[in-house]
Amino acid sequence: MVSIQSVGQVSPQQLHFESPLSLQSGATIRDYDLVYETYGRLNPQHSNAVLICHALNASHHVAGRYSGSGDDEIGWWDNMVGPGKPIDTDRFFVIGVNNLGSCFGSTGPMSINPDTGRIYGPQFPVVTVEDWVNTQARLADRLGIERFAAVMGGSLGGMQALAWSYLYPQRLANCVAIASTPKLSAQNIAFNEVARRAILNDPEFYDGRFYDHGVVPKRGLQVARMIGHITYLSDDEMAERFGRSLRDRDLGGDFRFTFDTEFEIESYLRYQSEKFSDYFDANTYLLITRALDYFDPARAFGGDLSAALAGTRANFLIASFTTDWRFSPERSREIVQALINNKRNVSYVEIDAPHGHDAFLLDNADYHATVRAYFERMAGDLQ
Amino acid sequence: MSLRPDLQIIADWIAPGARVLDLGCGDGALLSYLQREKQCQGYGVEIDPDALLAAMRAGVNVIQQDIEGGLEMFRGAHFDVVILSMAIQATHQTERVLREMSEVGVQGVVSLPNFGHWYHVWSLLRGHMPLSKELPYQWFDTPNLHMTTVADFEAFLASLDISIVGRAFLADGTVVRALPRQRATQAIYRFRRQSGSLPANLTGRNSP
Repeated sequence: MVSIQSVGQVSPQQLHFESPLSLQSGATIRDYDLVYETYGRLNPQHSNAVLICHALNASHHVAGRYSGSGDDEIGWWDNMVGPGKPIDTDRFFVIGVNNLGSCFGSTGPMSINPDTGRIYGPQFPVVTVEDWVNTQARLADRLGIERFAAVMGGSLGGMQALAWSYLYPQRLANCVAIASTPKLSAQNIAFNEVARRAILNDPEFYDGRFYDHGVVPKRGLQVARMIGHITYLSDDEMAERFGRSLRDRDLGGDFRFTFDTEFEIESYLRYQSEKFSDYFDANTYLLITRALDYFDPARAFGGDLSAALAGTRANFLIASFTTDWRFSPERSREIVQALINNKRNVSYVEIDAPHGHDAFLLDNADYHATVRAYFERMAGDLQ
Repeated sequence: MSLRPDLQIIADWIAPGARVLDLGCGDGALLSYLQREKQCQGYGVEIDPDALLAAMRAGVNVIQQDIEGGLEMFRGAHFDVVILSMAIQATHQTERVLREMSEVGVQGVVSLPNFGHWYHVWSLLRGHMPLSKELPYQWFDTPNLHMTTVADFEAFLASLDISIVGRAFLADGTVVRALPRQRATQAIYRFRRQSGSLPANLTGRNSP
């Protein structure tokens, strides 16, 4: 349901960027489009803008809903962003942007490569978190925003917020990184690799040229989504929601002794992954998981995260969730410690929530009260 | 907004511009005052979600953490003062907390309820566990584990090679000068590691 406090009906906008963009890989994108949405009003001083960065499978559609769409089209952070919500659109001008290489309208693997006249597909260059932040900064330029009141994101979005703090230290007053990490662990990369292999090995992937064959590597995408989804939930949450419940209740609890969907958790994963494979682009999945893998700001500083964050100027709010085993509280504490070492203003909360990594998307009272308190304090400082 | 008398004494001890770590900062009143009146910078540490929110609203940096989990997060930064206000009696590993405070900051400040106050003794003589403003809990639901007296606390600091460099005593918010061991309800100390003594983690005293 769209709550009564929702921003209501919204529509995406698009900007074309003519000047070439040099990427971290050394490649260049000649020109590109970014799709974005805005909520609330930019004040005359242009000081109340908040940039929301999205994670793996989300988009610029942060809040509200589109005309004529159903409730499943609600923005992915509608519980966080809206009038009277923790990020109050009566006070802040909020921007959601679809990242370069994603598949919701911004230039990506499904777009036409101007150099060849063909769909990019696997030729789309590998992009990094820092590359995204550079494109977001260009978007800010075009929207007349010199300095954000805050840049905020969860998970991979939190990495972008963090990257803003060291790439453009003068351009954000606050950095809010939730359920994030300063780098992926070997285990995180391993899960990403399983997901990528599932896609790459799908016979309908055709080395990323599946568009030419009129097919989609759905089976690979589905496995990728399943493995991802498992890491977003906690063991307890899965036990609570599904336990060992069986799918076919008519059998009175008897096993069917087949490899068809037997347990509720299997049914759930299949349903979620089928839905996902209907709308998500396989090449984008590869790109974004790679961006996750590569993110490691400390790498250029011999592994010293404090040195990597020495140039930051923003105030920080870092939040984690107790049951998040994908990006555990320990990872967030590494960020906090590096910021304390640099004498930065930082607050850190460890929210007691049962939902695992996904908690950052959910409506938890302590979590939302924290973000609300932080943004209220920020609103008081706005000129 | 005026500070609680014990917090005001602590605030008066702190030099302008000092870097402060306030362990168990509660609603952040002390840090907020120090930021505003003395241009101090620092962090509060708090475990309770409601207090943490209050501290955040007060405009102070606050880190959600159990101080008994150790102060590792703060060891890479320099702090002029580490404060533990009216919380030491609720710590499990009191010795470790005090030792870490003396290692992380140039100075430590601790305030505590004085169990040796005459009224507590009187309560015990009448056969009852003491109850007072500073110790409002019944024996069966108290969070307090390590109650101490002025004399015992001072002896304990000495045993940890920690030198007391300042002390103040309060009875119900008023400064007590005569007979503090019997008349003070609260004692406040500032201390530092004895010069020449190495942090405990370098002398092996922390090894199990």
